[in-house]
Amino acid sequence: MEKKDHIISILVYNKPDVLARIAGTLGGKGYNIDSLCVNTTTQNDISKIVMTTIGSQATINRIVNELQKLVDVISADDLTNVESIHREMVLVRLNLTPANTEAVRKAIDANRWKVIVSGDTFAMIEITGDKTQIDFALARMEPLGVTDITRTGLVALKLDD
Amino acid sequence: MKLKGTEILLKALEEEKVDIIFGYPGGAVLDIYDQIYKSNLRHILVRHEQGAVHAADGYARATGKVGVCLVTSGPGATNAVTGVATANMDSIPLVVFTGQVPTGLIGNDAFQECDITGITRPCTKHNFLVRNIEELAATIKEAFHIARSGRPGPVLVDLPKNVMAAQTEYDPGNVRIRNHEVLYKPAPKKMANLQTMLQEAKRPLIMTGGGVILSRAAEELTDLARKYRIPVTGTLMGLGSFPGSDPLWLGMLGMHGTYYANMAVSHCDLLLAVGVRFDDRVTGSIETFAPEAKIVHIDIDPSSINKNVTVDLPIIGDAKSALTDLLRFLEEHHYEPDGAPRQAWLSEIDEWREKVPLTYCRNEEVIKPQFVIQTLHRLTGGDALITTEVGQNQMWTAQFFSFDRPNTFISSGGLGTMGFGLPAAIGVKCAFPDRQVVDIAGDGSIQMNIQELATAAQYNIAVKVVLLNNGYLGMVRQWQELFYEKRYSQTDMTYAPDFVRLAEAFGVVGLRATKPGEVEEVLRQGLAAHKPVLMDFRVSREECVYPMVHPGESISQMALGTREMIN
Ligand SMILES: Cc1ncc(C[n+]2csc(CCOP(=O)(O)OP(=O)(O)O)c2C)c(N)n1
Repeated sequence: MEKKDHIISILVYNKPDVLARIAGTLGGKGYNIDSLCVNTTTQNDISKIVMTTIGSQATINRIVNELQKLVDVISADDLTNVESIHREMVLVRLNLTPANTEAVRKAIDANRWKVIVSGDTFAMIEITGDKTQIDFALARMEPLGVTDITRTGLVALKLDD
Repeated sequence: MKLKGTEILLKALEEEKVDIIFGYPGGAVLDIYDQIYKSNLRHILVRHEQGAVHAADGYARATGKVGVCLVTSGPGATNAVTGVATANMDSIPLVVFTGQVPTGLIGNDAFQECDITGITRPCTKHNFLVRNIEELAATIKEAFHIARSGRPGPVLVDLPKNVMAAQTEYDPGNVRIRNHEVLYKPAPKKMANLQTMLQEAKRPLIMTGGGVILSRAAEELTDLARKYRIPVTGTLMGLGSFPGSDPLWLGMLGMHGTYYANMAVSHCDLLLAVGVRFDDRVTGSIETFAPEAKIVHIDIDPSSINKNVTVDLPIIGDAKSALTDLLRFLEEHHYEPDGAPRQAWLSEIDEWREKVPLTYCRNEEVIKPQFVIQTLHRLTGGDALITTEVGQNQMWTAQFFSFDRPNTFISSGGLGTMGFGLPAAIGVKCAFPDRQVVDIAGDGSIQMNIQELATAAQYNIAVKVVLLNNGYLGMVRQWQELFYEKRYSQTDMTYAPDFVRLAEAFGVVGLRATKPGEVEEVLRQGLAAHKPVLMDFRVSREECVYPMVHPGESISQMALGTREMIN
């Protein structure tokens, strides 16, 4: 069966070990988590976890079933074929030198990148977008002198209930 | 009125109608033991924490109730892990209480601290670390609920010492119904599909598993099979869910299944699988499993469906509700099996049964283990609760002791835990003191929890151990004979204690039979005793379990021992 990226959205009770249970369930059964995002919802005692993983539809169904079996999991949904909005964010630190400063400034203007802070020797940029947009921006920045990045997992939200 | 944590625990157990617990004390649970001392709760002191969990497990399997045990922190808890994993693999409802160091010390590598909730996360249905006294009552209530609801399983509750010493009002509150509890929804459309499938099938077969026993659906399953004359095979865990003496019963399928059961599976055109999970020991090579059949799978656990075998009609829900629904549906829609093809199918099965019956080569000189089991069956009239260890003893029991009722065959199926049988038998006998409870054992396995003979002796729990002593780790030796050219690497157990004297040293009656002629007398004597007994049967050393499907092969390909391979 064809393997592809899947997005799974999981609602859980906000317990100390709930993430360990989810990671353990998947890891123990040999499934890989490619990206992960966790935070509370509008209700403090309930968190939402969005994770991405690669697999055939059958594998994903199995993952969803395994997750739904966990006592602290309220629901687990495969959002892959559901109309939904996807975002990731990346923070990028660019090295500024007398030689590249001009090129960096130009690129920032041209791409409308958001600079959060900048100093004499670095600029910190924030980019939010879907996976393609972020990949694209990173590819652009690479030659300018990226010293470090942190990229979040993907978050996703269904368009309607 | 405010109660201490230890008082809340005992009160909660009372509310859950727990009448017995199995346990072993230690520093972290001293306060709890002090409370037990002051209470009327029946507590069985085992000799190793693994024994406590297996005993609670045996109790749960025999009664269908939640088994309960209590152990201390650190090594007490880790000793219990094998028991917990055993129960988890077979979906047995247990609540296991472990002591823990005070919350302030957790994470400090305190004396006898271990992260038991971390260790047991993958082998429990759920577990809890109770962090404050206010959560205690509700957590215990929830633990029992989780253990027995849906697909049952073990729940571990870790109790820090300071939480148990703190005080609060007793308030268990209400247990919220969680998402994971799949509730059975009648699905008339699926029932109609199933009826059509039954109508079209010429060679239907029912495959029954542990889920039928867990959901107490043996009666419904039996009704279905008998009413519509559908032959039945079963997994190891399903033994007893359909009467072994019924002509429609084909015995167990799979690696050591009967020839006719495996042939029936391989030739059926409709397989109605209920409460099974299609373990590899059952299916053999998946590609060739039930190749001609449409498969209907009734199971409470959605993650079991399409996991190992792709099915044509999944029905999610507990077996009892689903089968009740199915029976009603078939009745209302006047389903009648087509007489002639059904008769032809049953005759075909009978031909297989006659061609290769389940049997063994009798011997006048040496005791055959199968003969011991058959004699035990005859002498008890089959009316006994049987536990087993793991290995050949377990397979021969499954083959040669015919189980007519559910909850009477008690064995570690999924994990295959040697050392399970004796402590499990103790738990069973505690539940049914007036019934005959027998552990059919191997000499390797019995040595894994032999210390529990002391438990049996202390409380005069009159379990009977039928030791099939072949001086080998028999099942491993069998594989070495068949697949490693008889290189018996580390399986010779000739160096062993004198089991009769060992039994006596424990305060248990020890008996021995070395000749076939002595078997019946020893069994009679052993069964009649009102004390725990160990019967040491010196059996044929290199007997193999047949039929045998070689690992990874189709279950239609069976090695039949002295007979040549029959396809
Ligand atoms: C705790 C544990 N360790 C190892 C095994 C692997 N094993 C399976 S069967 C078996 C041999 C059992 O020997 P014995 O109890 O003498 O029974 P027999 O097969 O001879 O009837 C072994 C070692 C196991 N199932 N459980």
